[in-house]
Amino acid sequence: MSDDDIVIRVDNVSKRFRLYHELNRSLKATVFRQGRAKYEEFWALQNVSFDVPRGTTYGLIGQNGSGKSTLLKCIAKILRPDGGSITVDGKISALLELGAGFHPELSGRDNVFLNAAILGLSEKDVKRSFDDIVEFAGLEQFIDTPVKNYSSGMYVRLGFSVAINVDPDILLVDEVLAVGDETFQRKCSEKFAQFRAEGKTVVLVSHGMGSMRMLCTEVALLEHGRMLTKGEPDDVIQEYLGDVVEERNPDGEFGQRWGSGEATIENVEFLANDKPVGSHVNCGDRLVARVRIRANERLNHPVVGISVNTIEGVYVHGTNTRLGEVDLGVVEPGVMIVDWEVPRLDLLRGVYLLSVAVTDETTLAHYDFRQRSFPFTVEVGDGLFEEGVLTMRSTWSVEND
Amino acid sequence: MSTTTLTEIAHSTDLIKNLTLRELRGKYRSSVLGWLWSLLNPLSTILTYWFVFGLILQLPATVGTKTGLDNFPVYLMCGLFPWAFFSSCVSGSMGVIVGNAALIKKVYFPRAVLPLSYVLSILVNFCIEMTVLVILLGFFGVNALVVLPWLLILMMLLVIFTLGISMAVSVLNAYLRDLQHLIGSVLLQIMFYLNPIVYRISDVPKNVELLGFSVPLRAIYLKNPMARFVMAFRQVLYDGVAPALKDFLFLGAASVVSIVLGWMLFSRLEWRMAEEL
Repeated sequence: MSDDDIVIRVDNVSKRFRLYHELNRSLKATVFRQGRAKYEEFWALQNVSFDVPRGTTYGLIGQNGSGKSTLLKCIAKILRPDGGSITVDGKISALLELGAGFHPELSGRDNVFLNAAILGLSEKDVKRSFDDIVEFAGLEQFIDTPVKNYSSGMYVRLGFSVAINVDPDILLVDEVLAVGDETFQRKCSEKFAQFRAEGKTVVLVSHGMGSMRMLCTEVALLEHGRMLTKGEPDDVIQEYLGDVVEERNPDGEFGQRWGSGEATIENVEFLANDKPVGSHVNCGDRLVARVRIRANERLNHPVVGISVNTIEGVYVHGTNTRLGEVDLGVVEPGVMIVDWEVPRLDLLRGVYLLSVAVTDETTLAHYDFRQRSFPFTVEVGDGLFEEGVLTMRSTWSVEND
Repeated sequence: MSTTTLTEIAHSTDLIKNLTLRELRGKYRSSVLGWLWSLLNPLSTILTYWFVFGLILQLPATVGTKTGLDNFPVYLMCGLFPWAFFSSCVSGSMGVIVGNAALIKKVYFPRAVLPLSYVLSILVNFCIEMTVLVILLGFFGVNALVVLPWLLILMMLLVIFTLGISMAVSVLNAYLRDLQHLIGSVLLQIMFYLNPIVYRISDVPKNVELLGFSVPLRAIYLKNPMARFVMAFRQVLYDGVAPALKDFLFLGAASVVSIVLGWMLFSRLEWRMAEEL
C-alpha cells in the first residue's frame, strides 16, 4: 500500500501518565516537599503502531483501561505521546464528548457557531451548513433558547449535529453512537453510512462488539496499553471475547451461582458430533452439553434447565426437562448425567454462555443455579458467514420472467 | 506536536472571534442592564475612589501641564482604566485554562486562543472606557483627539505586555492552583497601591530610610512597567503631552520581553495541559 493511502500513521507510540499520590499540589505542599509532587509513572500506551488506510472504518477494542481512548486522544492531538509519532493527513473531527464547550447562557444558535469554530470550521462554512445542523438535531423551534434550558438529549443532539457537519476527512468516535432516541440513532447511522460511502475515514472506539463487527473494515485489539493483535474484525473480536471470558473466569466460574444445595452441578462437558471438544464447536455440529449433577439427598422429580446467552447478554434460548417432557423421577443421592442435545447447532460465530440449573418439581426452588457459567465458542463451521446470532438455514431463489 | 504554532493562531481568527464573543455575551447574559454594566462597573469604582481619596483624604490632582485640568476623578480615570485592564486580564486569565478543562480534554484547538480571546474581551471594555474618557475630556474642554496616535500606541503596547503575562499565569495556574489566590487576591491588590494610580509619582520620595538603609524608592518605582504605563497614559490624556522616546522604548522593550517569555512558557507547558487538568 502506498503512503498516499495511509491517512493516519501511528508509529511506535507510547504515552505515560503521572499518577500523583497526593491530591494536594498546592504551593505549600510543593515548598515543603522541595520539588515536584511524588508520582508514579504509568504507561497508558506502549509501542503501539498501526496504519489506517484511507476510506476505511478502523475499530479500536479492548477492556476498560486498555488505552484505546488515550490512543484516540493522541490521534486527536489532545494528548501528546511521550514516544513515537503520529502523522495525520486530513482534517480531523473528534466525537469524544458532545457539546463540549457549549456555554449554558448562550442560545443554541450562538453555541453552534462557537462549537463549530472550536472544531475548526470557518464562520462562512458554519453559515452555509447552519440549517442542516439545526435540522439534523431537530431543534428548529429551540435554536434561540439558551442551552441551559435544553434537555440532556437536546444538548447531545446539537453537539453531535455540529460535530458531524464539520465535514472532516477523518472522524474519531468514542462510544457516542448510543445517544438520543431511536429516531436520532437511525439518523446517526445513516450519517455514518453516508460518511463511509463518501470514502472518508472513521476511527471508532466501542464496547458494542456487534456494531464493531458490522461497521469496521479492520480492528485493533489493545490490552494494558499494548497492541495485542490487529486485522479482520471477526478474528480480532473473537480473540478479544475469548480473552474476556478467560480473564473473568479465573477459577473456572464465569457467572454467579446460588442455590439451596440439595443438588450440585459439578461440571458441563461439550461434545460435538460425539467427540469431546473443550469449548470450541462449529456451527452445524450436533452439540451435546453433558451436565454432571450430584444429588446430595433424595430428590423428587427434579428439573434440569439450560439457557444460552450471547456474551453481549442477549438471551437466545431457554428450556428445561419439564418443557422437554422428560421426568427425572425420584433421584437417589449420587451422581447423574443429563445430556442436552442440539441436533444441529444453528448459532453463528461468537462466544456464548450457558447457564445450568437444577430445581425442584415446580422450578421455583433452585437447588443449584450456575448462571452464565459455561462459555463456549462457535466457529464458522458450515462455511456460513451470515451475520447475527442465528442461521435460519434460509435459501434464496430468483425467477426471471 | 500539540504545541501551538503562530500559523495555527493565525488560522484561528474565527475561533478567537467566537470565544471573545462568548466571553462578552456570557458575562452580561441574564442580567437586566446587560452591556451597561461594563460602564457602570468602572463608574462605581471611580466614584468610590473619588469619595475616599478626593473627598475624605483630599488628595490633590495635579494641574494638567498643557490641558490645565484640575479634576481628581478625571485624574484617577486616566491611571485607573489602564490598570483595571491589566488587572482584569491577569486575574481572569488564570481561570481560562482551568475553566475550560472540559473543552481542553475533549477537543484539540490551539490552546493559546483561550488567554488571547479573554484579553480581547477585556480589551473591548477598555476601548469603551477610553472612548468615554475621551468624550469626558471633551466636556472639560480638552481635545484628546490630538493625542490619539500616542494613546493608540500606548494601548497597543499595554495589550502586548498584558497578553504575555496573561498567557504565563493562565498556563502556570493549571499546574499550581495557588497562583489564583496569590496573584488574584494578594499581588494584584498590593500592586494597585504600589502603582502611582491614586497618587502621583512626584509624591513618591526619592529616597526612604528603611532599617538603616537608604532605599531609592522612586528609582525602583520607575523600574516597574505598569507604573510607567500608568504614568504614560496620564501624561498623554491628562497632561496632553506626548511621552518621551525613552518612555516608549522602555515600554516597548517591556512588552516584547513579556510576550516572548509568556509565549515560551505557554508552549513549554501547554502540551501536558490535558493531563494536568
